[in-house]
Parts: sequence; structure tokens; C-alpha cells
Amino acid sequence: MAAPPIQQESEVVTARAERRWATVAVAVVVALAAVAGYAGIYHGALPQARVETADPTTLHLAGEFAEGNLGSALEPDGSVTVRAVGQEYSFTPQCMVVPTDALVTFRATSADVVHGFLIEGTNINTMLVPGYISQLSARFTTAGEHLMPCQEFCGAGHQGMWAKVKVVDRATFMDMSAKARRLSCVE
Amino acid sequence: MLSSRRLILAHFWLAFAVFGLAILLGAWQMWVRSPFSGWISNPEWYYRSVTEHGTVMGYVFPTLVAMGFGYAISEAALKRPLIGASWAWIGFGLVLIGAVMATVPVALGRASVLYTFYPPLIGSAYYYLGVVLVVVGSWIWVALMSINLWAWKRDHPGEPVPLAMFANVAGSLLWGWTAVGAALELILQILPVALGLRSTIDAGLARVFFSWTLHAIVYFWLMPSYIAFYTIFPRAIGGKLFSDTMARISFVLFLVVAMPIGAHHLFADPEVGSGFKFLHSVFTAAVSVPTLLTVFTICASAEIAGRLRGGRGAFGWIAALPWQNPLMLAVAFSFVMLGFGGAGGLINMSYQLNSSIHNTQWVTGHFHLIFAGAIVIMYFVIAYDLWPHLTGRAFADFGLMRVQLWLWFVGMIVVTFPWHYVGILGMPRRMAYYDYADPQLASEGLPVALSALGGLVLVASAALFLFILASNQRGSRTAPDEYRFSVAVHPPTSVPVALNGFALWLALMVGLTIINYGPPIVQLWAFDGVAVPAVYVGVER
Repeated sequence: MAAPPIQQESEVVTARAERRWATVAVAVVVALAAVAGYAGIYHGALPQARVETADPTTLHLAGEFAEGNLGSALEPDGSVTVRAVGQEYSFTPQCMVVPTDALVTFRATSADVVHGFLIEGTNINTMLVPGYISQLSARFTTAGEHLMPCQEFCGAGHQGMWAKVKVVDRATFMDMSAKARRLSCVE
Repeated sequence: MLSSRRLILAHFWLAFAVFGLAILLGAWQMWVRSPFSGWISNPEWYYRSVTEHGTVMGYVFPTLVAMGFGYAISEAALKRPLIGASWAWIGFGLVLIGAVMATVPVALGRASVLYTFYPPLIGSAYYYLGVVLVVVGSWIWVALMSINLWAWKRDHPGEPVPLAMFANVAGSLLWGWTAVGAALELILQILPVALGLRSTIDAGLARVFFSWTLHAIVYFWLMPSYIAFYTIFPRAIGGKLFSDTMARISFVLFLVVAMPIGAHHLFADPEVGSGFKFLHSVFTAAVSVPTLLTVFTICASAEIAGRLRGGRGAFGWIAALPWQNPLMLAVAFSFVMLGFGGAGGLINMSYQLNSSIHNTQWVTGHFHLIFAGAIVIMYFVIAYDLWPHLTGRAFADFGLMRVQLWLWFVGMIVVTFPWHYVGILGMPRRMAYYDYADPQLASEGLPVALSALGGLVLVASAALFLFILASNQRGSRTAPDEYRFSVAVHPPTSVPVALNGFALWLALMVGLTIINYGPPIVQLWAFDGVAVPAVYVGVER
């Protein structure tokens, strides 16, 4: 039994409107993914690419995250590496110092539970998961102080887990580096 | 009239009762961390409260709503009594026992690990067992929905499955599979440690398992609301559903793409490489397609109603809509909140933008706007629409309902917009105390205070909602007609096999999950030396 022509016509109109909208929706999604892919590959705006591990039970004994190696280190190429550990309920170092106008690489891990690593006023924001090393890079343009709260629930003392990041101008940082191998706000 | 009325009412009443308790905790949390309150004498209370609020609102409340609504849909759409009603009561009992079993250790401070578990923090085993019981109870519902559909199809070969039941079963299957991630985390990792059989746990792997559940659970919460958009709203405003086919496509798309995208919660995590994060990011973008299709179809359905009511011109049909009808109002509010929440969600899922708001109050604002806002406001009107069919009593006054919905909408905007704002400033989530005297935090005081006041508006709205439902018991008796769902403009006479069943979509759902989750899980499983000592909470150390 054929449907009356008027109904067929309205079905055609309906289907066309739907198809157009679906095309627009899919195009929006493809465009979003393409922009993310372009920024990721061309500008290197990616989350941490590699998975690195670190045993939290032996962090303090030897290796990269032993206490004497924590803090900011000036690398031969002029960049700066900051190593830090989070634990219930503080960071070590509790105040980090970094220079302006240099590539700064943060490498951090947790000694116990999951913590967060967030420098306010910047896009530096990552998780510290025990067993794994988090790494990200940044460049600071202006001197000043930033708060650095733990942004992930880590136990009953979570609300007290705040550190600081002090950005000093490059020359000051170089002077400090001449005196000590690893730097934090306390000299 | 529906024959399992007591079963359905039991689910809804338990759901709304625990919702009423948990919202008080939420409002207290907002107050106690705002500038209105000084130092909380024992911060551990705060984390108990957050754990309970999240456990109830995330696991118990929406699950019971989906179950009760699901049983109602099965009877009303298939026009036959529920098969397995006694099993359904067993499922209800398991949810009730599980909810109590999880709540007691939380209240005693033995499980302040938050509802997202966060191993290597480990709380009382009873907490996790309670959550497992809630999930197992809901899996009985998952099975019953498929059994009822199968029995109906056997008796009606070749006929299109009613849209409401099709969507309902899609939602149940989505939940059945998405809950597997958290179940694996609990059974393989957390419970052995909580029971003292092991003392170490791989926190990274646990986070990956949880992310499997963490995103698709939101689509499970959302399903009852979307079912109401498509199958109740057009009927309630005197219109017709624009397209039955598009509705089916939206629901199967949710089934397929809601699952394999959870790693966008792990963008900032060190245990997953950037490749799989990008893959999940792309799929997350794809999950906006069924929502965009829904917005189109529902707005078009509203336009049909507006024009049938005499609306003319490009916008005249909007004015002609029945704005006195609580369902009309709720869907409009829901769409506004879905729009803002969805836009925020695109920022969260963005591979790059995420880092500026990750784990800040922005995220809390986002999921409250989507879930507590766009989704829960529809739970309210689902109850309003269904209630007379369950109690056999009519509602006397729609004015109170409109007041309740307005309060919820305004309260939710006042709560969540400042939350988003302080998140951009970098305010971290889930802290019992913030020192607003610190110059760098001082600017967050005013928006946080405003937000806490919004919380009180929400409590008032929730109380009014419970009052409206309770006073229905004193309403005048009616003999309601058969419970009806929306009719499509072109009702389907036959539906392609693919859109009348789930075989293809289930295969895609499982296949995509294996592709997107298999390699990271296998890789993490194979790592040595990443099992870390458990940190027990709530015990003397």
C-alpha cells in the first residue's frame, strides 16, 4: 500500500533536514579533532609522551629522587630541571625556585598516595601517581610567586598541602646556581 | 495501569530519600569551606561527607531512578506485566543493603577515600563490598530489561520495538558494560588489599580501570533524561516526535562511543602515553554527535507542538509553547544547562585546554551543571509525569512544581558558574579548608560565598520536590489512562534490523573498548615494580 503523496513529501523534507544537521555535527567534531591533532603535532602541545616508573619504597635511598638531588638544577644547555616529591601532606622542596626566560622541566613523583601538581596562574597541572614519574615543560616570562596546591584528595590532611613556586629573573638564578648544585627558595 | 506500581514506587522513593539526605551533605560542604565558616575543627568530617555525598549521588540515586523508570517503561511500552518481578525485588534489596553497608563505615570515618576510591588509599572492606552489592543489584535490572525485550520480540516478530523500550535497554546495556571497569578495579585490586590478602596495589592500573567506568557512567545517568526528551516531552506538550529513526541512532551511538573514551580523565596522568590519550580525546569529541542530534530532534519536535498550537513565523512558535507545563519548563532549563555544561565539557576533553582546569573547582562545577542540573531536573519531571500512574492520585497544583523547577535552575546556575570561575583561577577541588586571608586566594572568597548561597537554594528546591511528591498521597483519586509515550510524525512500520536490536552495537561497544583500553591495560599489567604499599585510612597508625 503506497503512502499518500503528501506524507511522502514531508518525509523527504524531514530526512533532508536531519541529514544536513548530522553533516554539520560530524563536521564540527572532525574540525575539533583536527585542531587538537595539529596543535599536538605541530606545536608539540601534548601531554607527557612516555611512561616512566619509579619505586616509591626506595625513592629516598638512591637515584633521581633522593633528597640531595631534589630542587632546581641548571643543565649544561642552559635549561633548568626541577625535581620534586609529593607525600602526605607536603612537597619537597616546599618552595621551588625557577628562572624567567628558560626552558624549565618539572620531574616529580609521589612517595605514597596519588597527589596533584598544579601551579596556579599557569597551565602546569599534572598528577603524581606513586610508581610513575610525571614530567612537563614550561617557560616563565615574569618574576613572581605562585601557589602550588595539591589538587587531588590524598587523605585527611589534603587541605594543608600547599607549596610555592618562586620565579626569579634569570641573572639572579644564575648567581644562585654558582653557589649550589641544587636550588630551592631556602639557600 | 501499570501492574508493578509498588516495585516502581519503592525504587523512586528510596532514590529520592537518599537524594534528600545527600544534598544536605553537599550544602554543608559548600558552606563549611566557604568564607562564611572558619576552620573546620576536624577536616576528616569533610572528607567523610564528600565520600557519602559522592557515593549516594553517583552510585545509588541515579541507579535507582534508572531501575524504577526502566521497569515502568518495560510495562508501559511493551503493554504487558514485567517478567521477573520477584527478581526485581531481589535487585532492589541488594541495592538497599549495599547502600547501608557502604554508608556505615563512611559515617564511622573508616572509608574516607571518596567515591572515586583513589588507591593506594584503602578504607574498610565493607564500603567497597557495599558498592559492589549496589552494582550487582543493578545488574539484575540489566538482565531483566533484556529478558523482557527478548520475550516481547519473540511474540511480535518483525515489529518495531517501541522507542522507549529500545532506549531503555540501550541504557541498561551501557551500564552493564561500563560498570565492569570499576568492578575489575574493586575485585582484582582493591578488595584483596582491603581484606588483608595483599598489601600492595598498582595505583596507575587502578586509575585506568576506574576511568573505564568514570565517563560512561555519566551517560548512564543521562539515559533516563534523554528517554524523557524523546518519548515523554513531545507527548506532554501536545506535539509529536520529529523522527523515530534519529532517536534510535542517537541511543545506539551512545552505546558505542560513550565507553572507549574514559582516558580523557587521565590526560594529566603519567601512566598512560600520549597516543592513547589522543585516541580517547577524538572519541570523546565523537560522543557529542548523539547529543547534537538530540538537541535538533527535540527542538524540531517542540516546533511541531508550537505550530500545532497556532504559533506562526520564525520564532512565534516558541511563544505558543505551553510554558505552564512543568515538563516544558524543565526541558528548556535542561537544555540551557546542557548547553553551558557541554561547552565546558569540550574544554575538559580537549587534549590541550584540559591542563588549565584539570582537577580544579571548574571540574566540580562542570559535572554538577551537567548531572545535578541538566539530568536531575529531568528526573524530577519524570517523577511528576509518572506519579499519578503509580499512586492513582492526581496532582492538585502545577504552580508549586514550576516554583520547584525554577528554584533548581536558578540554584544550579548560582552554584556552578562561580565554581567554574574560581576553577579558572586555579582553585583546587575537594579541600576542607581554604585560607581566604591569603592575598593570592582572597579574590576567590566572594564567588565561593555566592556559590554556597546557591547551595541553600538547591536544598529548598529539593525539600519542595519531596513535599510535592508526599502531598500527592492526599490528592484526589483518579483513574489515570494508559501511560503513553510520544508518537512520531511518521511512526515506524518497519525498522532496519540493526536499529531494532543491539547485536551489532554491542559488538562495536566491546570491540572499541578492547582497542582503546586493551593495550594500556596490558602494558600496565606487564610493568614490574609499580605495585606500591597500601595506605590504610580510618585506622590508628
